Amino acid sequence: MRFADTTVSLASDDGITGGVTRFRYWFERAIHVFLFACAGISVLTTVSIVFVLLVESVRFFFDVSVFDFLTDTKWTPLLKPQHFGILPLMCGTLLVAFGSSLIAIPIGLGTAIFLSEYAPPRLRDVIKPLVEVLAGIPSVVYGYFAVVSISPLVRSTFPSAGPFNAASACVVVGIMTLPMIISLSEDALRAVPRSLREGAYALGATKFDTTAHVVVPAAMSGIVASFLLAISRAIGETMAVTLAAGATPKATLNPLESVQTMTAYIVQISQGDTPAGTVEYRTIFAVGLALFLSTMVINLVAQGILSRMREKYE
Amino acid sequence: MVMDRRSLLPNSSKKQTVTTYTMTTTEPIAMDDPTTADDAISRVPTVPVNPPIAQSENSASAEGLPSANVKLVTRNLRFFYGSVQALSDISMSIPVNRVTALIGPSGCGKSTFLRCLNRMNDMIEKTRVEGDVLLDGNDVYKPGTDVVELRKRVGMVFQKSNPFPKSIFENVAYGPRLTGINGRAELQEIVEKSLKRAALLDEVKDRLNDSALRLSGGQQQRLCIARALATSPEVLLMDEPASALDPASTTRIEDLIFELRERYTIVIVTHNMQQAARVSDQTGFFYEGQLIEVGPTRQLFTTPTEKQTEDYITGRFG
Repeated sequence: MRFADTTVSLASDDGITGGVTRFRYWFERAIHVFLFACAGISVLTTVSIVFVLLVESVRFFFDVSVFDFLTDTKWTPLLKPQHFGILPLMCGTLLVAFGSSLIAIPIGLGTAIFLSEYAPPRLRDVIKPLVEVLAGIPSVVYGYFAVVSISPLVRSTFPSAGPFNAASACVVVGIMTLPMIISLSEDALRAVPRSLREGAYALGATKFDTTAHVVVPAAMSGIVASFLLAISRAIGETMAVTLAAGATPKATLNPLESVQTMTAYIVQISQGDTPAGTVEYRTIFAVGLALFLSTMVINLVAQGILSRMREKYE
Repeated sequence: MVMDRRSLLPNSSKKQTVTTYTMTTTEPIAMDDPTTADDAISRVPTVPVNPPIAQSENSASAEGLPSANVKLVTRNLRFFYGSVQALSDISMSIPVNRVTALIGPSGCGKSTFLRCLNRMNDMIEKTRVEGDVLLDGNDVYKPGTDVVELRKRVGMVFQKSNPFPKSIFENVAYGPRLTGINGRAELQEIVEKSLKRAALLDEVKDRLNDSALRLSGGQQQRLCIARALATSPEVLLMDEPASALDPASTTRIEDLIFELRERYTIVIVTHNMQQAARVSDQTGFFYEGQLIEVGPTRQLFTTPTEKQTEDYITGRFG
C-alpha cells in the first residue's frame, strides 16, 4: 500500500525525534486502516448482496427457465400449477411507478418552478422546510394513510375499485416522491445563470416567457434526472405499496384493481412460511435481482444526465 | 468621420497610462465638422446640479437643433440598493444615433445607470429608483409603463455573453418570436439580417441549427448583439461588451459598434478608456455614483473641465 514512503522517512530520522515519529507513524497508520475499513464495509456489503442475489438467482434459474420467467404471464409460485412469469409483478410495479409519476411530476415540477422563479424569498423559506418534512415521514405512515384515507376516497369516486387498489398506492407513492422532484428540480432551475434570465428579459420576455422558454429548457437535464430518480424510488418503494396495493399479482393496467409489486411480493414471501432453500423461496432472489437491475439502470442514467448538466455550467 | 475618430488614439496597443498621456498632449486636432450633432452634444448638461432637461432643451433650441436629436434623458436619477445610494442625481442626455460611452472605476455606478435605462434593475430585490428617465420624452418609470415594450425598444448586451442553450437560429429568433412572429420565412429573414448586422452571418450561415454554446467567446458575444438587434431596438445598451474577449474579438466588436451607430443609439459602459475614445462620440465620467463630467469624447479626453476626470484619464487613480 502507500505506507512505503512513510517507512523511508522513518528510517532517515535521527534518534531524538525517533520516538515521537514512531508513535505518529503508527497512529497515522491506524487511522488509515480504520478509515479504509469503514469504506470497505459498504463496498463489501454491496458486493456480497449482489453476490448472494446472483448465486441464488442462478440456482433459481436451474429450476425455472429464464425464458419462462420473462414471458409467462402468470405468477403463482405458491399455488398449483406453479407459474413463474415475472410479468404480473413487473406490471404492478410499473403501474405504480407510472401512476405515481403522473401525480408527482406535474405537481413537483410546478412547485419547483414556483419556488425557484416566482415565490418571494420569505414564502420560499416557509415552503422548503415543509417539503422536507414530507420527505421525513416514514413510508409505513404513508401506507396507512393510503388505506384509511385515500382508498375510501378512490372507492367513493369509482365504486368498482377494490379495498386495495393500485390507484391509492399511486397517490401515496406520488406524494412520497414529490420532495425528491421538488428539491432536485429546484436545484437545477436555480443553477441556471442569472445572466440567461436577464438576456431573455432584455429582449422583452415576460416572466412566463423567460421561465418556459429559457430557464426550464436550460435546466432540463437536471429536471429529467429528478424524474428518473423519483421513478426509481417509486419502483423500489415497498411499505406503502404493500399496504395499499394489495397482494394480487395480476398483469393489468387498471389502477382500480388490486395488484402486487415486486417489492410487495418479496415482503410477502420473506414474512411467510415458505421454507428456505426451495424454489418458491428462491423466487425472491430472482425478483430482487430484476428489481435491483431496473433501479440501477435508471439511477445510472439519471446520474449520467446530472453530471452532464454540471459540466455545462462549469 | 470614422477614420478621424480612429486616428484620435494612434497607440491603442500601448499601455493605458502612456496612451492617455499621449492623448492629453495631442491637443490640436482640427474640429472636422462643426455643424454635426457633436456640437449639440457639447451642450448637454455636464454637472448634475443643473436643472438638466430645461437646459438641454434650451441649448438645443438655442442652436436651432430639434429636440428629436436627444433620444434618452435622465433627470436627477437616483438609485438605491437597500439603504445604499448607488447613483446620486444623474442628469444626462443621450443623443440619437451616437455612441455614448460611460467610463469610470469599478463600482462607480455606470452599470447601474445603464440598467436603469431599460429597467433591468426592476428584477433586483430591495432597490429603489427616483428621478426620471425619458425615452423620446416619455418617462419609462411612469406607472403603467409597459416594461416589455420598453425593453423591445431599448435592447441590451451584457458583459458576459449569455446565449440561450438553443440553436444559433433560435437564439436570434427568440425576440421576434416573442412579438408573435412565427412564419419561418419571416424569421429566417430577420435572423439573417440581424446576424449580418452583427458581422456574424458569414461565420455561421452554414450551421444556423448548431448549438449556440459551440461558438467561440467572441462569436457568442456577436450572437448576443444579433439577438438584441433582431427585435429592432432604437437604443442598444452595452455593458462592457468586450471585457471578456481577446483583442481580436474586441476589435471586431468595436468595428461593429461603429457600424451600428448609423442605425441605433448606443450607450456603452466600458472599463477601457481607449475603447471609449475609439468608439464613442460622447463620454460620461462616473465616480462614486456621480456623473462628474460629460461631453464630446474628444473634449473630455483632451481638455476635461473637472480635476477628477483629468486624474482618472491620465491614470492617476482608478
